[in-house]
Amino acid sequence: MQNDNLVEIEQLAFGYGSRAILKSINLTAKRGQVVAIMGNSGCGKTTLLRLIGGQLKPNQGVVRVAGEAVGELDQAGLYRLRRKMGMLFQFGALFTDMSVFDNVAFQLREHTDLPEDAIRDLVLMKLHAVGLRGAAQLMPGELSGGMARRVALARAIALEPMLVLYDEPFAGLDPIALGVTGNLIRRLTDTLGLTSIVVTHDIHESLKIVDYIYFIADGVIVAEGTADEIRASGLPFVHQFVQGEADGPVPFHYPAPPYADDLRLGGRGA
Amino acid sequence: MNKTVLDLWVGLFVVAGIAALLFLALRVGSMNAVNASDSYEVVARFENIGGLKPRAPVKSAGVVVGRVADIRFDNETYEAAVTLRLDKRYAFPKDSSAAIMTSGLLGEQYIGLEAGGDSVKLKAKDRILITQDAVVLENLIGRFLYGKAQEGTPK
Amino acid sequence: MLRQAIENLGNRTIQGIWRMGFAVRFFVTILLHSGTAFSRFGLTIRELYFSGVLSLIIILVSGLFVGMVLGLQGYETLQTYGAEESLGILVALSLVRELGPVVAALLFASRAGSAITAEIGLMKATEQLSAMEMMAIDPIARVVAPRFWAGVISMPLLAALFSAMGIFGGYLVGVQLIGVDEGAFWSQMQNAVDFERDILNGVIKSVVFGVAITAIALFEGYDAPPTAEGVSGATTRTVVTSSLAVLALDFVLTAFMFRGLN
Repeated sequence: MQNDNLVEIEQLAFGYGSRAILKSINLTAKRGQVVAIMGNSGCGKTTLLRLIGGQLKPNQGVVRVAGEAVGELDQAGLYRLRRKMGMLFQFGALFTDMSVFDNVAFQLREHTDLPEDAIRDLVLMKLHAVGLRGAAQLMPGELSGGMARRVALARAIALEPMLVLYDEPFAGLDPIALGVTGNLIRRLTDTLGLTSIVVTHDIHESLKIVDYIYFIADGVIVAEGTADEIRASGLPFVHQFVQGEADGPVPFHYPAPPYADDLRLGGRGA
Repeated sequence: MNKTVLDLWVGLFVVAGIAALLFLALRVGSMNAVNASDSYEVVARFENIGGLKPRAPVKSAGVVVGRVADIRFDNETYEAAVTLRLDKRYAFPKDSSAAIMTSGLLGEQYIGLEAGGDSVKLKAKDRILITQDAVVLENLIGRFLYGKAQEGTPK
Repeated sequence: MLRQAIENLGNRTIQGIWRMGFAVRFFVTILLHSGTAFSRFGLTIRELYFSGVLSLIIILVSGLFVGMVLGLQGYETLQTYGAEESLGILVALSLVRELGPVVAALLFASRAGSAITAEIGLMKATEQLSAMEMMAIDPIARVVAPRFWAGVISMPLLAALFSAMGIFGGYLVGVQLIGVDEGAFWSQMQNAVDFERDILNGVIKSVVFGVAITAIALFEGYDAPPTAEGVSGATTRTVVTSSLAVLALDFVLTAFMFRGLN
């Protein structure tokens, strides 16, 4: 059943005990799209990625990847699905006890029976795609943040997945690395025919490369649209986010008693 | 870390460990624990076994020929029934005697087996008929004092 | 004030019990997922290097020194009873029954145990274990179980090496340095040390210690909060908890094994 939507999320709710993180999320990602999910820190973006990847089970609602409900898969089914997914973790999460080459080769060695020559070629191709073929023999400890993330990206696409999830790929990068990473995400999605879901709060980089954006606040989607629609949006929250304003729907001040009282300026007590 | 170098070190480690275990088992410990397959058991009764413990050696002519396997109390004859597990290589005449001896002056006690003259040998489950109890220090002292007293009285 | 203290105590106890339940479940999970550790024995061998081989130096040197001290102290005391020739027995039995398994276990806990906790904790904190999960590879089977079995295999070997080195140390001091008769040293030792009762029991003890230490180290690493303080706290906890566990288990095992001496 060739559905255009690779990922479908309907009425998703998730929380720990009484603390609800996601209240009702509805989201789709079409094949070949780069979809960004944005919101403030702690709004549940990473949790959403975990739900898509099956590391967490939803309390309510359903997450469907390629037509299969992720929350209902058994261990074997989950592992089968994950072989077709790649995930880029926030700081790379490279295996520190093996070289760059071995990191990228890891999934190939574990999940396929390919001979070492074939694996070598594939690994070098992936590294070449991210521009780090020359760094193949370095250890993760010797890489800069941006390079580590690029290696992690090469690792994520090693098995040519259909879906790649990115957890804050732009966090902490210098402007050049930002540009490189954004560029890579777009190019790889197009050339490999993937679908990419990018969780980020880097608005400028994302607006350059994504097809569709979702904004999450208070556990629900508050806004969505293409890059142009978002840029032109009049919604206060979106506006504050896009313009990076200090105060707006998301307040500057953490809830506190009135300032005057705190400084004991009014009516001194005993 | 090169895989072959790693394997080499691990191999050395395991070999060294097993060598240490063997050293302990053979050179440090006594692995001459006589086990069930190459031994036979006989019984000896004593009125007093003193400080004899299970696993104490059974020696003949000073050489260890077996171990004490079990010590029981016979409630009918009020004697101690000691099971001796002897090495199958050594056969003893049926009229051999078993005595409880002490190694050194205050050492641990063992069973001294002295061969008799019978041509028929002891078989499994046989009983050693001639036994000598352990020397109990209190009785020795009591006998000494009694003897001394006896010497003293007729005057 | 007092009520608060009691509440806290109650809370901490419940937390402790809950945590212990989780730890037991974790332990069972390791056992159930141990297939890979054996079918791909190369993984376990690699961990044997890091846990066992890298602990060799401290074990051998400590064993030597402990044995030498036993030789000195033992001679001091035995001399007053004219029983110097029993020095071999004293050194061998002390080491094989108790000091070998226990001291080697304590050293293993602080060297290898803390290293394992730090490693696993760090892997969890940097999301490496999560990454493995997302690659459809079971991190327990591939990372945790091999380390467990490597620890269990290393421990008795290290304890035996400790005891052997100790006996050698006792021999050096007693026979070579002080002048106890060499023949008496070894022959009396051979007569007194029983394979089943002393050596085998010592080996059983060290295997039990190996299981306890490695399981605790792995659990603390896996359960550590993913921060720098979290991992360092977990490492300290591993050393303290496993050392206490070793000493407590030693008492239980000794009481069990050596009670029937009469």
